[in-house]
Amino acid sequence: MSALSAYIEGIGLLGPGFADWPEGSRLLRNPAEYVARPTVLPAPDALPPAERRRTGRVVKLALAAGIQATKMAQADPVGLAAVFTSSGGDGQNCHEICETLTLADRQLSPTRFHNSVHNAAAGYWGIATGAVAPCNALCAYDASFAAGLLEAITQVSIDGARVLLVAYDMQYPEPLNSKRRISEAFGLGLVLAPRASATAIAQIAVSLADASPERMQHPAFESLRASIPAARALPLLEKLARAEAGEVAIDYLDGRSIAVAVR
Amino acid sequence: MKPLLLARYTATSCIGHGSEATFEAVKHQQCGLAPCQFETVRLDTSIGEVPRVEDERLPRSLQNFDCRNNRLAQAGLRQDGFHEAVWESVARWGRRRIGVFLGTSTSGILQTELAYRHRDPATGELPESFHYAETQNSFAVAEFVRRALHLEGPAVVVCSACSSSAKVFGSARRMIEADLIDAAVVGGVDSLCLTTLYGFHALQLTSRNPCRPFDVAREGISISEAAAFALLERMPDSLDADAITLLGVGESSDAYHMSSPQPEGLGARSAMHAALRAADLQAEQIDYINLHGTGTQSNDSAESCAVAAVFGMQVPASSTKGATGHALGAAGALEAVICALALKHGLMPGGVNTTQLDPELQIRYLLKNQPARISRVLSNSFGFGGTNCSLVFGRAG
Repeated sequence: MSALSAYIEGIGLLGPGFADWPEGSRLLRNPAEYVARPTVLPAPDALPPAERRRTGRVVKLALAAGIQATKMAQADPVGLAAVFTSSGGDGQNCHEICETLTLADRQLSPTRFHNSVHNAAAGYWGIATGAVAPCNALCAYDASFAAGLLEAITQVSIDGARVLLVAYDMQYPEPLNSKRRISEAFGLGLVLAPRASATAIAQIAVSLADASPERMQHPAFESLRASIPAARALPLLEKLARAEAGEVAIDYLDGRSIAVAVR
Repeated sequence: MKPLLLARYTATSCIGHGSEATFEAVKHQQCGLAPCQFETVRLDTSIGEVPRVEDERLPRSLQNFDCRNNRLAQAGLRQDGFHEAVWESVARWGRRRIGVFLGTSTSGILQTELAYRHRDPATGELPESFHYAETQNSFAVAEFVRRALHLEGPAVVVCSACSSSAKVFGSARRMIEADLIDAAVVGGVDSLCLTTLYGFHALQLTSRNPCRPFDVAREGISISEAAAFALLERMPDSLDADAITLLGVGESSDAYHMSSPQPEGLGARSAMHAALRAADLQAEQIDYINLHGTGTQSNDSAESCAVAAVFGMQVPASSTKGATGHALGAAGALEAVICALALKHGLMPGGVNTTQLDPELQIRYLLKNQPARISRVLSNSFGFGGTNCSLVFGRAG
């Protein structure tokens, strides 16, 4: 089995205490400076005003991660294939629907219903950017990041596509939060390309592995990694932030991992 | 793309459990839709409910997975010797070399809807018996199928609304070509729930009568449920004449609107072109088109524009949703199996319920079954968020 490879051209990052990749990568290099703060989400300016009013926080999170990554890669989103991956999608919207369905009249709002699809963020991405290339919307519970990376990198390696991968997750409100704890909003965008270019910052090679997933040294980052499926990417982001070569084991299914070699 | 073999395929929907019953229903142009009496839902609409789903019992070791969606998955897996075919693959390649790629739109959300009726009055908590990961989460159905089939390979759920279980063929195809796996269980499982019934009703997209795709009097969709699976493998050295192959997958996005298709079907058009390109075929080499054909005004109108642009008026087409209803995230896989049966038996299914074709729609729509030797068919699946996927299937001989 040969490893699948891609060049990383752009990174977007939002999480508790970091608003973008420059800030996040600085903190990953200097974890002592990290202070956890609620994730701040920018308004989705790329959407037309009518659509902007309809979007929930999770869509803002995913769009912001994607836009940051494509800007850094100097990539026009119109022609980029996209893979959106999330464990739970829009938990707030799901909660409100389930509450409404317990009421006598069960009057759902049409907007709430169309926002309930797991590919809502992917759909709004198309509306915001005009991207007409293939776009996927995935879920693999706690393995959602690794599953998304496998989907994206096979598109890059097998089909020669330039792909935007967006991994994002956000906490559920109660009572679902007690059944599925996701600690905070975390969004990651990666632009992956099949060939080296001036904007490429690293090359990665991905393969299936038996190793247990790697933990973060710093307790605050380890807590994020363990409590947010999209943040399972942190060991990879740390390598990229430090511009280090080497291999990391990212959480996948059945306690196994995917190996990501950074060059 | 390199063609792949559908080593086994099966479908369970409101028209029948398994391939034989499904084909019998298609052959007799039977409709599986009936007035909605699902759960406590009181809506004036027709739906396609799979009989006996509630009688399914999951094995004791998988009790936490118990919900309508996983029961439907289990009912589907039991048909057509699907387990046995997977075991043969496991014996050949090992359980880690077989992937699971499933589509669903709502997974086991019905379980959550029911749990919300039983919150603790004092604390608001959901009942102990509610298991989020194994029922509500979109991945639950893939994890359930992995465990039911004892598979340990890569797995993912595609959750792109009504294109979900068509797009899984694309993801599985790439994984096989990348040599991460040797075979893949692909498919779709979606089951009735209040979210989709009341949600589509709120959008005024549900039909009172059984849906009538492409009819001048069409009034919307009939929501249904289904479980459909295929076992995909690389092409063997020799094939039976009636072996079914996946020849092409084409995907695109509308970038237009969350719940309406681009009116001229531009996205649909590019998905069909991409599928033909992947299959290295010209439009005139397609013998039959299984339309997405939901029966809404906007879908059928946009899809007919797209089909006319790619195929002209030459290629016979129909929607089988008049018979099966719209199984949402399972529709792509269900219609892939119907296409496989059409190829195997040499029968182009006529659209059920449709009596008077909409003269505005430029399409060669079949109202009656038409026996014919067909070699290649194309199947369309489109979804909310402007997601499009077309598949091309062929018959070996």
